[in-house]
Amino acid sequence: MINFGFSISKPRTIDIDRNNLHKSNEIIEAMPELQTCIGCGSCTATCTAGNLTEFNFRKVHTLVRRGEYQGAYEEMNKCMLCGKCRLVCPRGINTRGVVMLIKRKIGDF
Amino acid sequence: MKHVVVIGGGVAGIRCAIELAEMGIEVTIVEKQKHIGGKVRNWHKLFPSFTPAENVVEELIKRVQNCQNVQIRCCCEAENITPHQVTISGGETLNCDAVVVASGFTLFDARIKEEYGYGIYDNVITSADLEDMLNRRAVKLTNGASPRRIALLHCVGSRDEKVCQRHCSKVCCVTGVKQAMELKRLFPTADVFNFYMDIRMFGPGYEEMYREAQADYNIHFVRGRISEVSPTIDGKLQIKAEDTLTGRPLKMGVDLLVLLIGMKAGDSNKRFELSCHLRRQDSGFMQPKDSFLGNVESNMNGVFYAGTVTAPKTIGESLNEAVTAAHSVAEWIKHTA
Ligand SMILES: Cc1cc2nc3c(=O)[nH]c(=O)nc-3n(C[C@H](O)[C@H](O)[C@H](O)COP(=O)(O)OP(=O)(O)OC[C@H]3O[C@@H](n4cnc5c(N)ncnc54)[C@H](O)[C@@H]3O)c2cc1C
Ligand code: SF4
Ligand code: SF4
Ligand code: SF4
Repeated sequence: MINFGFSISKPRTIDIDRNNLHKSNEIIEAMPELQTCIGCGSCTATCTAGNLTEFNFRKVHTLVRRGEYQGAYEEMNKCMLCGKCRLVCPRGINTRGVVMLIKRKIGDF
Repeated sequence: MKHVVVIGGGVAGIRCAIELAEMGIEVTIVEKQKHIGGKVRNWHKLFPSFTPAENVVEELIKRVQNCQNVQIRCCCEAENITPHQVTISGGETLNCDAVVVASGFTLFDARIKEEYGYGIYDNVITSADLEDMLNRRAVKLTNGASPRRIALLHCVGSRDEKVCQRHCSKVCCVTGVKQAMELKRLFPTADVFNFYMDIRMFGPGYEEMYREAQADYNIHFVRGRISEVSPTIDGKLQIKAEDTLTGRPLKMGVDLLVLLIGMKAGDSNKRFELSCHLRRQDSGFMQPKDSFLGNVESNMNGVFYAGTVTAPKTIGESLNEAVTAAHSVAEWIKHTA
């Protein structure tokens, strides 16, 4: 069955009022360049892991920046740290650094 | 009679010379190419009205040639500038009362973005190449066939840290939509896809043209930047992107890929800064005195700017600035007389 991501038990709204942005602010402070992402998707298009699994680097780091941490650690674990994404990022973001930072900051979340 | 040197015979330089001449000022246009007209000489039809580019260029050239007091010097490159002297290739110096720098922009060299295969694979072309093919009525694949699937990629050599071009080139989104429509008119059965990060339709009639491209031409807009291109065994090009609106990687084979190349700072700008102390912006474009009331003035009294030498601009904007620059020059000359 196609999973469209809808469910009745969990609200889908990203509720910025309720989300705890503390961690996400810490992450952005440690790597301000992450805020320069323009969401072009080059990283995901070229991603070794993303072509094999549902891992989407752009989506995961964007969710983290919105205070949505659930599952982010497990997702980032799918990254093989191959660095292809960094080669294509038009904003020159140190993408592997982002993966490591997010894992470090929310590992215990 | 007062004498002004205009550097660059693109649309901005020509328009400025006409305006100065009409105010009774003697003008010399210094143009490094064989002909005046600048980049617009190479374009086919202009957005958003699909006016033939030659109508605009020929009218300007006719008007400037009718001006008694304008001298046009082609195959001359301006090398050194002071407010009262311009040195051209060969060492000759031209004395003057003021200088207008209208030396324009440089096209981004698409070979630098190696991952898109320009100059490596067949049927990867730039927007400038396409304008030329349209002019020659020779839009076809290298094997002579008609393309059935075409992709256009926005922001090639713009908004890209990797090639040190942070700025947005402003005209390529509109050009991309215009070219998609022209391709669809030439090849009505072809599928045309525009890959974009943001669609910037800032001018009058541009957004309407975009809507028309979607509604009446069925052009597909995919929000995602192509990350790489590779050739397939059957002679096509495989492109990869993320369809960011669905959040999934996307791949497809196309016959023709058009790279919408950006406007880079002009090649002469660096020299103008080093030898003439004119200021440049981080983008490499020349720095006007200020963004509002001094937008056609430089940091040096007596040196003025017009057109794309200071930033990516449309033809209309470049022409308007040329007129403003001419009047600022006239005023300055009057005050210093
Ligand atoms: C693919 C493409 C399509 C476009 N289509 C449109 C369109 O449909 N509508 C629109 O409004 N705009 C369009 N534009 C933008 C348009 O090309 C510019 O607005 C216009 O060319 C600006 O004119 P200019 O005179 O400032 O510069 P240029 O056209 O660059 O002219 C500058 C001139 O100066 C000369 N020069 C440079 N340095 C020196 C030197 N040191 N000494 C002597 N001479 C020198 C150059 O040889 C050139 O002739 C398009 C741009 C691109 C890239
Ligand atoms: S480093 Fe990780 S996120 Fe980047 S392309 Fe490789 S697997 Fe994908
Ligand atoms: S390639 Fe860079 S700018 Fe583009 S979505 Fe990925 S992180 Fe953001
Ligand atoms: S005008 Fe459009 S294609 Fe050109 S650089 Fe800006 S966003 Fe990119």
